Amino acid sequence: MALLQIAEPGQSAAPHEHRLAVGIDLGTTNSLVATVRSGMSVVLNDDQGHSLLPSVVRYDADGQVIVGYDAQTRQAQDPKNTIVSVKRFMGRGRKDIAHVESMPYDFVDSEGMVRLRTCQGVKSPVEVSAEILHALKQRAEAALGGELTGAVITVPAYFDDAQRQATKDAAKLAGLNVLRLLNEPTAAAIAYGLDNAAEGIYAVYDLGGGTFDISILRLSKGVFEVLSTGGDSALGGDDFDQRVYCWIIEQAKLAPLSPQDARVLLTKAREAKETLTNRSAAPITVRLGSSEYVDLTLTTEIFAEITRTLVQKTLSPVKKALRDAGLSIDEVKGVVMVGGSTRMPQIQRAVADYFGQEPLNNLDPDKVVALGAATQANLLAGNRAAGDDWLLLDVIPLSLGLETMGGLVEKIIPRNSTIPIARAQDFTTYKDGQTALSVQVVQGERELVSDCRSLARFELRGMPPMVAGAPRIRVTFQVDADGLLSVSAREQTTGAEAHVEVKPSYGLSDDEIAAMLKDGMNHAADDAFRRALREAQVEAQRLIEATQSALKEDAHLLAQDERTAVDSAIARLQSVVIGDDRRAVDEAMSVLSKATEDFAARRMNQSVHRALAGKKIEELNP
Amino acid sequence: MGKLDDFGRDHFSLFGLTQTFALDTALLEQRYRELQAKVHPDKHAHLPDADKRLSMQWATQANEAYQTLKHPLSRARYLLHLAGHDPRVEDNTAMPMDFLMEQMELRESVADARVERNGELLEDLHERLRRQIKAQHGALAEDLDGRQDFAAASDRVRQLMFQEKLLQEIDDALEVVDA
Repeated sequence: MALLQIAEPGQSAAPHEHRLAVGIDLGTTNSLVATVRSGMSVVLNDDQGHSLLPSVVRYDADGQVIVGYDAQTRQAQDPKNTIVSVKRFMGRGRKDIAHVESMPYDFVDSEGMVRLRTCQGVKSPVEVSAEILHALKQRAEAALGGELTGAVITVPAYFDDAQRQATKDAAKLAGLNVLRLLNEPTAAAIAYGLDNAAEGIYAVYDLGGGTFDISILRLSKGVFEVLSTGGDSALGGDDFDQRVYCWIIEQAKLAPLSPQDARVLLTKAREAKETLTNRSAAPITVRLGSSEYVDLTLTTEIFAEITRTLVQKTLSPVKKALRDAGLSIDEVKGVVMVGGSTRMPQIQRAVADYFGQEPLNNLDPDKVVALGAATQANLLAGNRAAGDDWLLLDVIPLSLGLETMGGLVEKIIPRNSTIPIARAQDFTTYKDGQTALSVQVVQGERELVSDCRSLARFELRGMPPMVAGAPRIRVTFQVDADGLLSVSAREQTTGAEAHVEVKPSYGLSDDEIAAMLKDGMNHAADDAFRRALREAQVEAQRLIEATQSALKEDAHLLAQDERTAVDSAIARLQSVVIGDDRRAVDEAMSVLSKATEDFAARRMNQSVHRALAGKKIEELNP
Repeated sequence: MGKLDDFGRDHFSLFGLTQTFALDTALLEQRYRELQAKVHPDKHAHLPDADKRLSMQWATQANEAYQTLKHPLSRARYLLHLAGHDPRVEDNTAMPMDFLMEQMELRESVADARVERNGELLEDLHERLRRQIKAQHGALAEDLDGRQDFAAASDRVRQLMFQEKLLQEIDDALEVVDA
C-alpha cells in the first residue's frame, strides 16, 4: 500500500489548498476542458496543442477505445464503430432522432434510450459520452498534475430532464464528481459578463453542432439572472451539413450510397459549409467508392437558400423567449453569439436583422462555454477570491406536469421558473385498501400527455390501507440547481413516508449504472475498488475540513455536549480515513454528518439573519 | 401556495417586509438577491451533503416566497390567505354583470382575431387588457391596505384570475399567429 501523507491531528494537510476543478463543454461536435489558473480561465490543450477534442468515439476490433482526432480520421473507414454526435442520442428514443435513416449505426431496438451495437458490444449513449468525458478528465489531470475535486459540465439550456440525467450519469461513469450541470448559454453569459463588466439585458444566441438555445439574461451588480430560455435540442450545425449533403445528392443525381460514401459526403458537406464562413464559393469534388464522381460548387447564395428554413427555425424560439421574459427587442442591450455554427454568415445576418443591432462576436464561440464553466467550477469548488462573489439564478426550460384523467396534463412547475423549486400536490386513492399509486410525470408545454415527453413513472408503495378517498398523499416534486427532478411522497393523515420508485422513460436505471460502473468502462487501470476507497477518503477529508472550518467560525452555536460529540466524531473519522476499510470510512462519515446536522441548520439560520440584519421592519415603511 | 415556511415565517417577514399589497418591488428584489447570495446551492457546493440539502431547501423557499410576492395576483391571494379569507376561486363564479359583458366581448374579439390570424388586433387587445388589469391592482391596494375589505378584495381576485387567463389566451394566440 502506498504511503499516505498524514497531517498532525486537528490540522488539515493544506488548509488553503487550491482545489482542482474544471469546466467541461461536452459538445455535439467538439468538447473542451478549461480551468482557472492564477485567476484566469484557460482552455487546457492536449499534448499536441489541440484545444478541441472531437466528440468522436471509436470502438476498435482489438478492444481499444479511441477518442478524438484519431477516431475522427477513421470514421469513413469504419462508420459503424465510430460514433459521432452522440449527444443527439442522449436521453432519446430511436423515434426521436432526426435523419436516423441516413446514419451508419447499427441501432438496437430497445425501450427507452436508444442503444448502438458496436464490435465491442451494445453501447448506450451514456457510455459513449463517458469515454469523451474520461479523455478530458485525463487531459486535465495530466495538465494540472493531480486529481480533480470536481467538474462543472455544460448542457444545452433546452435539454430536458432525461437528457440532463443522461449527462450526469455519463460523468459518474467517467469518474467525475459533478459540481453542477450548467446551461451552455448561461456559462457563456458568465464569461462574457465578467470579462466586459456587462450590465443590462442580454440575449445569448447559442447554435452548436446539434442544439440551439436562446437565453435572455439580466446582468446587474454581480447577479446573472436568467429571465427565460428557449430553443430546440435537435437543431444545429449538423442539420446544415445535412441540407448540403442532400443538395449534393440531388445535384449530382447519385444512386443510394454505401455507409462509407455517405460518411465521406457528409464530411465534404461540412467542409464546404466551413469554407463559406469567409469565402463566397466552395468547390465540392470527390470520387466515391461507387466510382461516381462529384464536381460541384456551393455558393453563399445557394447555401443561404437551402438553409433558409433552418435559420427561420431559430427565430421563433427567440420571439417566444422574449415574450416569456416580458421584454421587447429594443430592451436587449447586446446579443452574445456562441457555438461554432454562429460563424455562418446567414446566421449573423438573420440575428443582426432580427435584433436591429450587430451581434457580439468578441469571444471565441467555440471556447466561451468551457471558459464560463471553468469560472463557475472554480467558485463551486470553494476557491473563492475577492470579487468572486457573483450569483447565478437559472431557470427550468420546460414545464413539468402530471398525467391526469383522460390523458391531460396538469402543469405543476411552469417553464422559466427559477431553480431550485418545489411543488407539492395531493393525491388520493380510488379503491378501498389501495396501498400503491402510480404517477406519470411529463415535460413539455402541450395539453395532451401524448404530445409531451414522458420523463418517468413514479410508483408510490407502502401507503397505509384506508377507505377510498381518505388518504392524502402529498407528493413533492423538487427540481434542484442542476435542473434535475426528484420526487418524494408522504401520507398526510398518518405521516407515513411512501416509498417512491422511479421508472425513467428514457434514462438508465440505478442498476444499469451500477453494472456499467462495475464493468469498469474498459479502463482496466481504474480498479473499481480502489477508486471507491479513494473517493470515500477524499470525501471524508472534505467533510473533516468543512466541519473544522465551521467550528472555527461558529463554535458558539454548539452546547458543550454537542461540541464533545462532534469532536469525537471527527477524531473517529480521522482514525479510519487513513486505513483501507471503506465501510468504516462510510460509517464514520455518516456519524459525523449526523452529529453536525443541527449545527449546519443553525449556521444557515444565522447566515440568513445576518443577510437581513439591521433591516428593521419600521424603517421600511414610507 | 406555500403558507408559512418550516420556521413558521410568512413570506413577507422572510424578506423583512411588512404585509402590504402596495409593495416596493425593487426592495423585494434586492432582499431576495441578498438572501439568495447566502443560501443558494452554488454557495454551498463545496460543503458536505447536509449543508447542500439545507441550502437547496432555503433557496427553494426563497424562490417560492419571491414568486408569490412578486406577482400582484398571487400576492393578493397570499394576503387574503394570511387574513384568513378564502376567495373560493374554485366554486364561486359570481361576477358583476357589466364586468362579465365586457369580458365576453373581449373574448369574442380574441377568438375572431385568432381565426383571422390578425396579430395587430391581438396586440391591441393585449394592451387593452393589460390596462384593465393594472386598474384592478390599484383597486386591490385600496381594498387590502386601506379599507381592509377582504370580501371586496376576494371578488376582485376572482375577476383578476379571469382576466389573466384571457391574457394568457391572447399570448397563446399570438404565438400561433407569429409561428
